[in-house]
Amino acid sequence: MGHTLDIAPYTGWVYPNETIFTWSVLIAVYPYLTGLVAGAFTVSSLYQVFGFQRLKPVAHLALLTSLCFMIFVPTPLLLHLGHPERAMNATLTPHWSSAMAMFGYFASFYVVLLILETWFAYRPYIVEQARNRTGLLGKFYQALTLGSHDVSEHALRYDQKWILWLAIIGIPAAHGLHGYVGFMYGSLKSREWWSSDLMPVIFLFSAIISGVSLLVVLYVASCKLRKVEIDAACVKGLAYTIWGFIMLAIVLELLAFANIVYKGREGVEMIMEYVTGPLLIPYFLLQFGIGLFVPFLWLSYMIWRGTGGRAMIFGVTVSAVLVLFSVFMMRWNVVIGGQEISKTGKGLLWYQPSLWGKEGLIVAALLCIAPLVALLGLSRLFPPWVHGTVSSRVTKLVEQEAVKQHLLGTSQA
Amino acid sequence: MSSDPPKRDECPASSPRRRFLRLLGDAATCAGAAVASAAALGALKDDTAADAGRAAGGASSPIKDYDWTQHQWAFGVDATKCIGCLRCVEACKLENEVMRDAHHFRTWVERYVYLEGEARPRIDSQQDPVNIEASGSEKAFRFANRYKDAKVEKAFFVPKLCNQCTHPACVQVCPVGATYRTKDGVVLVDHEYCIGCRYCVQACPYGARLFNEERGVSDKCNWCYHRITKGMQPACVEVCPVNARIFGDRMDKDSPISLFIRNNRIQVLKAETGNAPNVFYVGIDKEVA
Repeated sequence: MGHTLDIAPYTGWVYPNETIFTWSVLIAVYPYLTGLVAGAFTVSSLYQVFGFQRLKPVAHLALLTSLCFMIFVPTPLLLHLGHPERAMNATLTPHWSSAMAMFGYFASFYVVLLILETWFAYRPYIVEQARNRTGLLGKFYQALTLGSHDVSEHALRYDQKWILWLAIIGIPAAHGLHGYVGFMYGSLKSREWWSSDLMPVIFLFSAIISGVSLLVVLYVASCKLRKVEIDAACVKGLAYTIWGFIMLAIVLELLAFANIVYKGREGVEMIMEYVTGPLLIPYFLLQFGIGLFVPFLWLSYMIWRGTGGRAMIFGVTVSAVLVLFSVFMMRWNVVIGGQEISKTGKGLLWYQPSLWGKEGLIVAALLCIAPLVALLGLSRLFPPWVHGTVSSRVTKLVEQEAVKQHLLGTSQA
Repeated sequence: MSSDPPKRDECPASSPRRRFLRLLGDAATCAGAAVASAAALGALKDDTAADAGRAAGGASSPIKDYDWTQHQWAFGVDATKCIGCLRCVEACKLENEVMRDAHHFRTWVERYVYLEGEARPRIDSQQDPVNIEASGSEKAFRFANRYKDAKVEKAFFVPKLCNQCTHPACVQVCPVGATYRTKDGVVLVDHEYCIGCRYCVQACPYGARLFNEERGVSDKCNWCYHRITKGMQPACVEVCPVNARIFGDRMDKDSPISLFIRNNRIQVLKAETGNAPNVFYVGIDKEVA
């Protein structure tokens, strides 16, 4: 059987078994994708649960994005497993003391929840398409109605209730799923770089900013592609969300780092040598400087000056791209960085990712792009912009009814 | 007039909120009791299974004619005796079909050299490129005489292997239970069940776990379980020319390991992890971890 070994050069003293990298770039991609899922879902919930009306234009896009990325979350794990055909063992015969054993349950629960919420959100559209379309596509929408063609106000109100509750359950589910990913690293006592109680929370907040940023980019790009006007209020709403959460993300990450330095436990010299040496650029410059501080300062400036229009949209979009990059660097610096510091606390290793192979950089890049391709396909079948949300439909129906009553009342009088 | 407070059952349920809180309390008590009894039932089940095993005289163990309830294996390392010949590493590779390269080891030997004027030791192992160059191949093992021209203040060798911890982090994190601790105190890996996620490799603070890319599974030292259950010594112990490696049954008070532990001031590695290792060291110093 052919296999490639990610042999890592090292300095100092490292354990002999450490010279092959245990977790590759794919394991950095995995929390990145999970984070985007949780972040995108946050946007959807801000509209559905917390009533942020200005986020309405991206409410459905957020839901679809979350679903598309969630579908691809298990792929880096499956590609990484030595025996992917045994992957289901973790769900069929879970070892309860393992943090990893819960993944199958959390992920499946969340996928079902997302599919359900998306179905309810798109039900009026599905029914409409089933009525109007013929042929194969018509049959497809027909099947998706699951036999329910009722789009009366009463039925829509019922749907709205489901959407609300699914979104409410979805908040702890999405964030629990991602916090749990952070826990998988934070709970390991073998590596000082990982072993932090703050890890789940850090993962969570970085997830939120990455997901919201993704939606900014997707929304702006989709408007440009469709040649429609960008809703500035919506972009501003997303910008406020990023701005609020980025502050927490920065504080938490700095706190975690300060904790390591201040505690100064055994091996801290090696960590300091690492962060001021090989990690200087990826950590301080790319992740913090360019990826977090620049967007934070830029957004702060725009909010302070009340920047609007094209300048605001441009600023927010660039900030969002930088945040997306920063969060990827954060995943990289945690997963790869943690392994580059030897468990001996007396040596450093260098990860040499391969370009090709099932755990190479090309596959990692493809896995990041694949959800976007899926989103492109799915948005053709379920356009997230051409129809209103269920709640807006209900409002419209109520308004129509009121007008009808008004007119009837007038005519009777 | 009695001033005794009313008993709980007699207390009038004055408000719906209080009634609700009481209901909630009762529900919590019931749930707690249910969980506790389920846990107790689980423990009882385990005890019953163990008793049945003992009664069957060895039937508790999956290995024929071997009763794993009658042994408690442990390992000792006398670093003052080790000469760094690396025969143990070679024997282990051969005995356990460990991948024959410089990146996969179930056991290894570390060399600590303090040079005059240096506060920290220089540490290397057989996998160091200089040592591989000296041996001529990744499949052969020797320590290069790299300090022959330096002024050595202190130097010693430390053999390393899996610590078969009482609270193994690797077992805790395995998502499928493919790795488990046997009743006689050895941590094993079921290669037919391991999914190859490598979480155990990450969790081990000692770097004792390795991943076999050829078989797609995790691997580690198991004190040559196939040998010790037949009354033999682990391969590394068998070949050590200076008795630096000591192995035996702690249930036998006169076994070499029991004597080793009784007669020496012993240490374990990284005790602060709470893993409670079962490899006991003599003659190591503070830099060894």
